[in-house]
Amino acid sequence: MNMKYNHLKPISMVFFKYALMLSIIALLSCETDDQQTVARFTELTLSEEFDTNGQPNASIWGYDIGTGENGWGNQELQYYTDRPENVNVQNGVLLITAREESFEGSSYTSARLVTKDKFEQRYGRFEARIRLPYGQGIWPAFWMLGADIDENPWPGAGEIDIMEYRGQNPTLLIGSVHGPGYSGGEAISKEYSLVNDRFDTGFHIFGIEWGPEYVNFYVDDVLYNQITPEDVTGTWVFNKPFYILMNLAVGGTFVGSPNEETEFPQTMLVDYVRVYKELKIN
Amino acid sequence: MKNIKYINFRFILLFSLGSIVVTSCERELSDDVEFATFPPDGDVFIDAFSSGLDYFPFVDAGADPEAFSVDTEEVYAGDASMRFDVPAFGNGFVGATFNTTANRDLSGFDALTFYAKASKAASINAIGYGISGETNNKFQVTANNLAVSTRWEKYVIPIPDASKLISETGLFWLAEGASFEGDEGGYVLWFDEIKFEKLGTVAQPKPAIFAGEDLTVQAFTGSTLNVVGLTQTFNLADGTNQAISVAPSYFNFQSSDTGVATVNELGQITVLGTGSVDVTAILAGVRADGSLEITSNGALPAAPTPMRAQANVNSIFSDAYQNSTESNFLPGFGGSTTETAIINTSDGVVLSYANNNFTGIIFNNTVDASGLTFMHIDVYVQEAGTEVGLQIRDVGANQTIDTDVNTGLPIGDDKDLRVDLTGLTVGQWTSFDIPLDGDLTTQRNNLGALILVGGPNFILDNIYFYTE
Repeated sequence: MNMKYNHLKPISMVFFKYALMLSIIALLSCETDDQQTVARFTELTLSEEFDTNGQPNASIWGYDIGTGENGWGNQELQYYTDRPENVNVQNGVLLITAREESFEGSSYTSARLVTKDKFEQRYGRFEARIRLPYGQGIWPAFWMLGADIDENPWPGAGEIDIMEYRGQNPTLLIGSVHGPGYSGGEAISKEYSLVNDRFDTGFHIFGIEWGPEYVNFYVDDVLYNQITPEDVTGTWVFNKPFYILMNLAVGGTFVGSPNEETEFPQTMLVDYVRVYKELKIN
Repeated sequence: MKNIKYINFRFILLFSLGSIVVTSCERELSDDVEFATFPPDGDVFIDAFSSGLDYFPFVDAGADPEAFSVDTEEVYAGDASMRFDVPAFGNGFVGATFNTTANRDLSGFDALTFYAKASKAASINAIGYGISGETNNKFQVTANNLAVSTRWEKYVIPIPDASKLISETGLFWLAEGASFEGDEGGYVLWFDEIKFEKLGTVAQPKPAIFAGEDLTVQAFTGSTLNVVGLTQTFNLADGTNQAISVAPSYFNFQSSDTGVATVNELGQITVLGTGSVDVTAILAGVRADGSLEITSNGALPAAPTPMRAQANVNSIFSDAYQNSTESNFLPGFGGSTTETAIINTSDGVVLSYANNNFTGIIFNNTVDASGLTFMHIDVYVQEAGTEVGLQIRDVGANQTIDTDVNTGLPIGDDKDLRVDLTGLTVGQWTSFDIPLDGDLTTQRNNLGALILVGGPNFILDNIYFYTE
């Protein structure tokens, strides 16, 4: 009960701050924003608390296995498995662990969890409370892909990166959207730097509030970016269901390879993943 | 008497309850007793000396006291910086500590930070904090070979365990100089905005003892050994790992069997009995990499006491004689697997070698043995069949060891004498008196090194050259 209270507290704080911020904006620019409505994503649609030891709930979480094509398109070095060594729930926390070991021709193993065909939603508030790993070449992510990706290949399907982070920059968070005409290096992206804190020493809440024509990015109680159709240099594709991915990559073009100082194993700890909707919008 | 105390106590209780009521609308009182503390002032040098700060150059060690000044031209911020003029080789060095007469509580900080630049790219030999005559540098921290550039940049020297720093005087120290001809010297170093800070980004501690190695050593009842190679490494906000050398008192040392050996807070191990023991350490709750496994076979008998007159002896290593020269017992030859320890026993110091393939004893100054005829050495072994190869090297007039890297033989102006120390009896000292003959017959005025090959485990004592 106490736990639950602690978890809920930051959410309301975030929401309050966001609401406050919007109202300040509204005050400052009454003329253009008279029609602005504050979305209240309060209806819980997914609450994955990782309270049962063992493998995560199979009705929600599937896995990408292996190395994909060209290291999942990024020359990543790890082999993804669904072994308990790489993915496991213990003491109320999901552990995604990258290990340095020879496995199926790769030098590292790790895990990538996906909710494809299991949990998909258009719009809402998507957030997770995570403690990140660290070190050169360590690349964790909490992100989403358009659920129509099989018919509409990337980047057409769209991608929302709620949290990406380079282990060699332990204070820096990156939130992005990718779509047709604005993918890879041309993604619409913003970095957020923690002051007097870092992401690998404690849990932080990473989230988006996503509605028609906007995606708001926040960390803990700070809203640090809003992306709207005016910001993207191509078609806005964030108007259909997306599914969730959580993974811990090793190496690849985004982070570079680990070096001799990189400590293994490295573990990404996920306390919860929660998704909300708003009845009028969803 | 008891009664009075009781009343006092009740009065205090009542009074403190009253004050809780009075103050509780502002903030909560801690359950813990509040001790008087020193001011949590982190400033060292911002634009001037901070409260109580003074400059103490290491004059006795040869530092140039004139090397330091306050500069108002070259600053990172504000209107003054600290300036050190690093002398050229042979003209002393920059070495000083900046201590305060007003003790500080540094327990709320996690690093010493400063901005630094140099008139040319350089690396500072040693820089840190925690020099204190009163505490014998109990909480000294040193960053070694800190690279500085010609731009102002910020540097972070983390605190290994801030909870220990509640009454500190040594806020900043450094030592930098040209340690050989051709080393950087004759340049200027500036520091600015020197202060202790709570960065919140000093993380992922990785402490180590014995430089992170798991070592083994043979010892004896009465031996004392030191835990060495004490470091702490933190990951900083920019992703770099910053290693620092750390004084022993930051660690909690542990012995797996205190009946065999104990370790005090200075990292001094005392062997008390027979058996095997692991020495490990914890720093601020984190297990340190590295350990020492000590095997003690009881008391080491004393080596035979040398009886020759000091006047006839040039000694390298013996409690019986004044040293003729100091020596380097850890030459760090590439490819060497040797673990060398100077062990204190109840009968004085001995040299302990383990896992030796090859190592040496390098004399700081050469020994002129022209008038001497023998070398004495005592050897103790615990395993049957142990043999040690000994090479006595004359390094010639050029005073350097010249060796053919392929054959290991002396070249140039070097000569050596090679003998095998064999016929060693387990559990006893065996004494050797080696005539300085062979190639040393005509050249032994620049004896510079002893090379030790094989073994692999043995103990040496009473190494000296003499004439009868």
